[in-house]
Amino acid sequence: MAKRYTGSDLLFNAAVLVICIVTLFSVVYPLYFVVIASFSDPVAVRSGEVWLLPKRVTLLGYQKIFENDRILRGYVNTIVYTVAGSLFGMLVTLPAAYALSRRDFPFRRPFTLYFVFTMFFSGGLIPTYMVVNRLGISNTRWVMIILWGFNTYNMIIARSYFEANVPSELLDAARIDGCGTTRFFLRIVMPLSQAIVSVIFLFNVVAKWNEYFTALIYVRDQNLMPLQIVLRDILLQNDMFKNGQGASGANTIANLGDLIKFGIIIVSTLPILVLYPFLQKYFQKGIMIGAVKG
Amino acid sequence: MTNERTFPRMPRPREATIPLLLFCLPALVLIFVFNYVPMYGILMAFENFVPSKGIMGSAWVGWRYFERFIHSYQFSALFINTLGLSLYLMLATFPLPIILAITFNRLRNRRVRGFIQTVSFAPHFISVVVVVSMMSIFLSPTSGIVNLLVHAAGGDAVNYMAEPSWFKSLYVLSDIWQHTGWDSLIYFAALSAIDPELYDAASVDGAGAWRQVRHVELPALAPTIVVLLVLRAGSIINVGFEKTYLMQNVLNLSSSEVIATYVYKVGLQSLQYSYSAAIGVFTNVISFGLLAAVNGVAKKFGGASLW
Repeated sequence: MAKRYTGSDLLFNAAVLVICIVTLFSVVYPLYFVVIASFSDPVAVRSGEVWLLPKRVTLLGYQKIFENDRILRGYVNTIVYTVAGSLFGMLVTLPAAYALSRRDFPFRRPFTLYFVFTMFFSGGLIPTYMVVNRLGISNTRWVMIILWGFNTYNMIIARSYFEANVPSELLDAARIDGCGTTRFFLRIVMPLSQAIVSVIFLFNVVAKWNEYFTALIYVRDQNLMPLQIVLRDILLQNDMFKNGQGASGANTIANLGDLIKFGIIIVSTLPILVLYPFLQKYFQKGIMIGAVKG
Repeated sequence: MTNERTFPRMPRPREATIPLLLFCLPALVLIFVFNYVPMYGILMAFENFVPSKGIMGSAWVGWRYFERFIHSYQFSALFINTLGLSLYLMLATFPLPIILAITFNRLRNRRVRGFIQTVSFAPHFISVVVVVSMMSIFLSPTSGIVNLLVHAAGGDAVNYMAEPSWFKSLYVLSDIWQHTGWDSLIYFAALSAIDPELYDAASVDGAGAWRQVRHVELPALAPTIVVLLVLRAGSIINVGFEKTYLMQNVLNLSSSEVIATYVYKVGLQSLQYSYSAAIGVFTNVISFGLLAAVNGVAKKFGGASLW
């Protein structure tokens, strides 16, 4: 049957086009603006001269950022928390998800309930705070690495993925060959599940990289602060030179401050935005199967 | 050999049970320590809790702190702010990912679609701190790009971040910016599962694009929509602490103080543990109730349910 375009179909296509353009523009432009502003003379940014291209290019902002001890320390701390925290999260989440995906595991249902219940009911901020304090991990690196390492939502996505993608015939075959559970998980399930492993990995990395609540509540030592807390101090509380790094002239400070703000947004966000397109191709396969079924 | 394995004489081998238990163990312990043990701490909401005496040693006061909260002068403002923000958020943000998913689903060119989707997901991975900071930079009354535009159009500069009347809208707008693309993914998945023959059948019957949306795509999305709505209903009262706290300042407090930020201030800044825990329990019970109620309604009318 030949395709006929009616007026209302044209209108529909126009709507699709408009929505796509609006989406692209509204996402890309603010980010692009931050990039060009971070390279431009702050005076030009303040007076609205910077729209499409950087004006009077300068690297002063970035220079100041890389000279700032607090930012560098925050950066290093965040890298440590992200690497250790994500590994920990994966180690805890994936085996549990696999166990709960096995139909021959007798505790499948009660354990699932045990986990899911915590998605809807919690002790609340203060009781949790008390427990963390009692364990002696508050104000240490451990709290940033361990706390919330296990995420029930991620576990359920992974579980559904395993259920759908690890055929039970494979397990039977492996059994006959005398392959044990652990070896089956590591040698067969993991390589088969690249998509979901990548997705869970990305979720863990992003969560740890962007973590600010845990640090706000549990960390007081300035030397342990992750990047996000440093960012908050600098970006929102204008606490640029906290540890006695002086500067001269109020105007210079304000201008330099703007420049540093734009630059630090780039420096802190870039690692995540660079990482994610590589893992992006797995979203479809990974999340979908998990989320739609789960 | 092969016959013997499938023969029903023996029960299926359970030799995997112990390793599988060990697989679960770390997660079980972690959840027990950080999620279940604190639930025991809920008791402190009913006590005059003194840290040195512990939960067993502190004096029991029953519902005193719950009553104090309900009768406190902040109660109505907190309640209205919290519900106002989260209902506004829900009404404004819920339909958008659905529309976006339907839009993406119409893009026939895979590479174009992949590109737009990748771009639209990106803000989801940016931290709240950065998003709020970008907002405050763009909206700055002296140097922000938005006020430069307002000024150019002949208007007066507005200090949006300090204006109570703007707080909720800014919260919602930044949420839309950050999460619409990502949230569309799950609907997009449901749409890509639609059998292409359904579209063909619809167009043979003379259904144009709009009617295909109504009669093919929306019904396919319905179960997902219901489940996500139920989950959203459960979190109505727990509207995000992180962003609210970051966007809060002395000037917009009348509109931005919500229960979550109040719990934090009462509990960890002025150390009224019992009072803060009581407010926490109060909200927890309400959200659990809402979740169960909405889930019940959904079960009755649509058949979709969380449990």
